Amino acid sequence: MAMKIVNALITGLAQGSMIALVALGYTMVYGILKLINFAHSEVFMMGAFLGFFGITALGGKDSPLVAGVGGTLLAMVFAGLLGMLVERIAYAPLRTRGKGKANTRVTPLVTALGMSVLLQNLAQLLFTAQYRGYPQLLPIEDTRKVIFISAFSVMIALQFLVHKTWMGKAMRALSVNIEAARLMGIRTSRVISITFITGSVLAALGAVLYCLDQSQVYPTMGVVIGTRAFVAAVIGGIGNIPGAMLGGLLIGIIGEMTKLTAYSGLQDVLVFTALIAVLLVKPTGLLGKASIEKV
Amino acid sequence: MLGRRRWVMAIVALGVSALGLAACTQKDAPQKDAAGKDPSVPAAAEPWRVGAYLSLSGAETQFGIETKEGIELAVDEVNKKGGAKGRPVKVLYEDNKSNPQETNNKVLQLITRDKVVALLGEVASSRSTIGGIVANKHKIPMITSSATAPEVTQIGPFVFRVCFTDDMQGQMGAEFVVKTMGKKRIGILYASDDVYSSGLAAQFRDAAKKLGGEIVVEKSFIKTETNFTTYINEIHDAKPDLVYAPIYYNAMVPIARQAKAAGMPGSMFVGGDGWDAETLLQDAGEEMEGAYFTNHYAPDVPWPNAQAFLKAYKERFKRDPSSLSSLGYDSALLLFDAMGRAKGDTPEAIRDAIAETKNFQGATGAITIDPNRNADKSIVIVQIKNKKFTYFATVNDKAAAKP
Repeated sequence: MAMKIVNALITGLAQGSMIALVALGYTMVYGILKLINFAHSEVFMMGAFLGFFGITALGGKDSPLVAGVGGTLLAMVFAGLLGMLVERIAYAPLRTRGKGKANTRVTPLVTALGMSVLLQNLAQLLFTAQYRGYPQLLPIEDTRKVIFISAFSVMIALQFLVHKTWMGKAMRALSVNIEAARLMGIRTSRVISITFITGSVLAALGAVLYCLDQSQVYPTMGVVIGTRAFVAAVIGGIGNIPGAMLGGLLIGIIGEMTKLTAYSGLQDVLVFTALIAVLLVKPTGLLGKASIEKV
Repeated sequence: MLGRRRWVMAIVALGVSALGLAACTQKDAPQKDAAGKDPSVPAAAEPWRVGAYLSLSGAETQFGIETKEGIELAVDEVNKKGGAKGRPVKVLYEDNKSNPQETNNKVLQLITRDKVVALLGEVASSRSTIGGIVANKHKIPMITSSATAPEVTQIGPFVFRVCFTDDMQGQMGAEFVVKTMGKKRIGILYASDDVYSSGLAAQFRDAAKKLGGEIVVEKSFIKTETNFTTYINEIHDAKPDLVYAPIYYNAMVPIARQAKAAGMPGSMFVGGDGWDAETLLQDAGEEMEGAYFTNHYAPDVPWPNAQAFLKAYKERFKRDPSSLSSLGYDSALLLFDAMGRAKGDTPEAIRDAIAETKNFQGATGAITIDPNRNADKSIVIVQIKNKKFTYFATVNDKAAAKP
């Protein structure tokens, strides 16, 4: 029994670190713009597709190292561009034109929903609704280790970016007050773009890792992981980076633990019950504080 | 600002009118057709109008297209032989976009606008139910090719099917596992929020218990799940002789891979017709080696009609047909056969002829329509061997020969 729990814990940690990677994108954008970027899950899906094409083109199974690393980088670059493009096309014009109007929070939110539907249908049009199997580059146990290690090193790098670099300082400044940051000479639109790019790159990495483990891509895959990642971001305290990581790991472990019980079909119910319980006790989420600086 | 708004309005107006025009021309076409032909051409050469509503886009595109190919083949065949009662057959295809609302609209269109005498479709049980309700209300006979849920033909006297039902399939699966393979300790893995999967699992569970099998472990997951390691570890620990997994092929791929990594070979799995897709062989063919499943058809099934169909299909589409193609083919041929035998040309007469079908020789075996409008036919046990679906045995109310 103890062995079973340990095994489930390990699987849950790997699963959770992937969710955390995606959750980071939600939380960073929210921290700066107070916008829930629903299109993020679709950037994740597009990243998975690009990773799939990249890995297949670079030789797939025959050269696991080159294909794996190359395909992942390709997916990350593409997702970064896509994330930036989404922001530039759909959100930035609304921000500049809707300034000072009452509905500045709702309109971008609805646009984000629209963008999500658009990207999903676009993927269905371009790649068809077929499920495609990822080439299996490594045995499954090794894939899990790779996932865990790469997710963690990326998260540490992100902490470094946010706390030790000039760009990180600018991001934090924006999350405190965009207008004041602009007055201090920060080019806010550029910082916002870079936030979107960072979030999308992380999502693409998460996507490729997710698929290497679970082995299938399809146009609606973003919805599943997107919901969980969003819940993770909220549990951790949306806007808070370590919170998103913690939330992701928690969701991963809770999900895996429920599979040991007879109620495995109710996994989502338990995950969302956890969300409600956490929010009832701490309305700002585990690590969120009412007036913390948010990035 | 106003200028821009006007532009937008203009574009919207243009778009709407273009759509309207397109809709009009579409609507007009068949009417003209009918009006143009009616007086000049004698009634005998007037083609039969049969409607087919299928998922030609959306989530189940693959299934819809395969079924359509099967129907096309049947139409060619019957027209080459001079049609039914000397009249050629014309099938009007409509795409329901794998969507319930659209299904309703398209079936109504086919019945009221195109005045079809019979309907073919759908691939999924959920949408066949919708189409069946409409068809039954308008007293137009409908044959579904691959809707296996028992409820579909219970709608009313005008709804038929050419595939077996899930209760039949679950029972045959249980007989095969317990009686033929002699496995008594059984594990079950299924999707809790999928009607097909949980329904089949329930049928299997009851039948297996009745036959003396023991369910040692049962795990359910939600349809969107992709990580099965913990489930597989749980099942592995219970040490079953065999795992029944009535799951769609897309979930079976990660399950097979993760099961193999945990030390459970493909030969420990038995499934249902949801496995029948090339994707499963491509992505997890090695991992699934030796697994059995109940199905409608196999490429190498030793029935003369099946082989003839296979040859014709390969010639035309350059690949092996799936179960869906063969069922689409059978649904169309059975309908045309009934049209030829019908005492009149009305939908009611055709309905009666379909209900009287006995021992019809199709690509998926001999089909007899029973009083509940279901197909009484053989179930094929297929084995995955060398990354191929291979015929293993035929079962129908009696267990297959021991392997």
